[in-house]
Amino acid sequence: MARSGRGFNTISPAEKVVRYTLLLVVLVITVGPFLWQLSTSLKSVSEDVFTQTPTFVPQHPTLSNYAEVAKTIPVWSYAGNSLIVAILVVAGNAIGATLAGFALAKLRFRGSKLVLGLFLATLILPSEVTIISQYVIVRGLGFADSLIGVALPGAIQMLNVLLMRTAFLSIPADVDAAAIIDGATAWQRLIRIGLPNVKGMLSVVVIFSFIFAWDDFLWPLIVLTDPDKYTLTVGLQYLNGTFSSNPRLIAAGTMIAFLPIVVIFALLQRFFFKGVDAGAIKG
Amino acid sequence: MTHKRWFTPWLLIAPAAVWLVVFNAVPAINTVILSFTNAKPLGGGQFIGFGNYTRMLDDQQLVDALINSIVYMVVCVPLLTLLPLLLAVLVEKKLRGIAFFRIAFYTPVIASAVVVALIWGWLLNDRGVINGMAERLGFLSDPLPFLTDRWLLLISAISLTVWKGLGYYMIIYMSALGNVSRELHEAAAVDGAGPVRRFFSVTVPGVRNTMLLITVLISVFALRVFSELYILSNGTGGPGGRDMSLVMLIQLYGQGLTGHLGYASALSVLLFVVTVGPMLFLARLNRKES
Repeated sequence: MARSGRGFNTISPAEKVVRYTLLLVVLVITVGPFLWQLSTSLKSVSEDVFTQTPTFVPQHPTLSNYAEVAKTIPVWSYAGNSLIVAILVVAGNAIGATLAGFALAKLRFRGSKLVLGLFLATLILPSEVTIISQYVIVRGLGFADSLIGVALPGAIQMLNVLLMRTAFLSIPADVDAAAIIDGATAWQRLIRIGLPNVKGMLSVVVIFSFIFAWDDFLWPLIVLTDPDKYTLTVGLQYLNGTFSSNPRLIAAGTMIAFLPIVVIFALLQRFFFKGVDAGAIKG
Repeated sequence: MTHKRWFTPWLLIAPAAVWLVVFNAVPAINTVILSFTNAKPLGGGQFIGFGNYTRMLDDQQLVDALINSIVYMVVCVPLLTLLPLLLAVLVEKKLRGIAFFRIAFYTPVIASAVVVALIWGWLLNDRGVINGMAERLGFLSDPLPFLTDRWLLLISAISLTVWKGLGYYMIIYMSALGNVSRELHEAAAVDGAGPVRRFFSVTVPGVRNTMLLITVLISVFALRVFSELYILSNGTGGPGGRDMSLVMLIQLYGQGLTGHLGYASALSVLLFVVTVGPMLFLARLNRKES
């Protein structure tokens, strides 16, 4: 971007100081609690975590709380359960939403408007409204108290179908027209022209399906009764109810649930923020 | 050469359509039907007319839950409409390291509400760091019962929701700010308008529609709150169960073998009725935009 000497974009040193100060204050507020929890999870039993002057850096950092929490609840198998559910949900959404989004955006067929209207209509229905009836259905299908039952209702989310449709719609029509003249089938158009052009949106769908499944609490709480099948969030609330006397263990448990999602988001965030920046550059 | 098959689109839509019917449409209809029955998880289910709905009128816990919802909305809506906008303005300028701050501010959004509530439960504990610091600095002589007092527990859950939501709405504002005309900002600056003045006379009007959208999103979100209150109260709903939310009541009556699916469904219908107003408003807004 071209800048004139005293252009609008130049920031005075004073403003810089103010901005960075504010940024650091907000950073402490948003990230501080996570760091505090991480610190608690690394404090040894000999260190008093309840004192009025607790130290931020553990005096004798130890990983023993992570081993200890695994003795109290099967936290690693809970993490495995959460991962299984998340993989099923990500796969279901990546495939189901892509196929339907493509058909709704790029194929002309009788009744497409009606189908689109039905997908849109579901958006005004908060998932909590239908959660009890969904449970009745999942139980009827024989998936109560199973990980498949946890994954099933969210495995194709209507919002993701609509997001993928929007992405496919933004592919210029003449690109597609050439393929149609060349005699490409719908399937070939999807693979060769569609998919390469919707990578960004597809990554967003994948990231958010994963986060949604990994973080979900109410639905697995309703579906699961067997403690062996708990996902991490349900297992953690169980841990909290039973052993609230030792905050180090709960801290270790929350870090096991939190860190994987941070790593995944850190790896994939550029796809996410690219979209935001693209909008910002336009102005 | 292609032979155009009429069923290809339907084949591609089929999986999503099955999910639409089985996990959205049928449950929606079934919720309404169940709400007029006395269905229990194990069999049962006679039609009892408006029985579940008249039962609501005498349900003190439901009254409390609705009061909690109103408090939730009244506090969350202004805070989460304004604070994320200020954040978005703060991270808008391309300073060195700004990408790091954006990601960091978004962290509470990607964490599970369960994780976040457990972290705050520890911070707000009677012997946790917030009470500890306040006592040490002499603000308090006794710890504040953040997690065992009805109103303090509600306020704690609300603060948690606000804290967790900041980054989410910040992102929405960020893409809206990109569309605020830079020329207007420059013109205002040339005319001698300071940053505060420009914020109110250029930025705020520029993101007016986004503000409306966010107001609606927060209203609906506040009505759907569950995990924060559930975890902070350890599943009890606070002292005397007075910190229940509507969704907590739905879960309470809908879950387990002793549940009452009929009443849970009636509560679900109520939840739909209170959320549909803001939602329809949003749908109208969207149609105007496009």
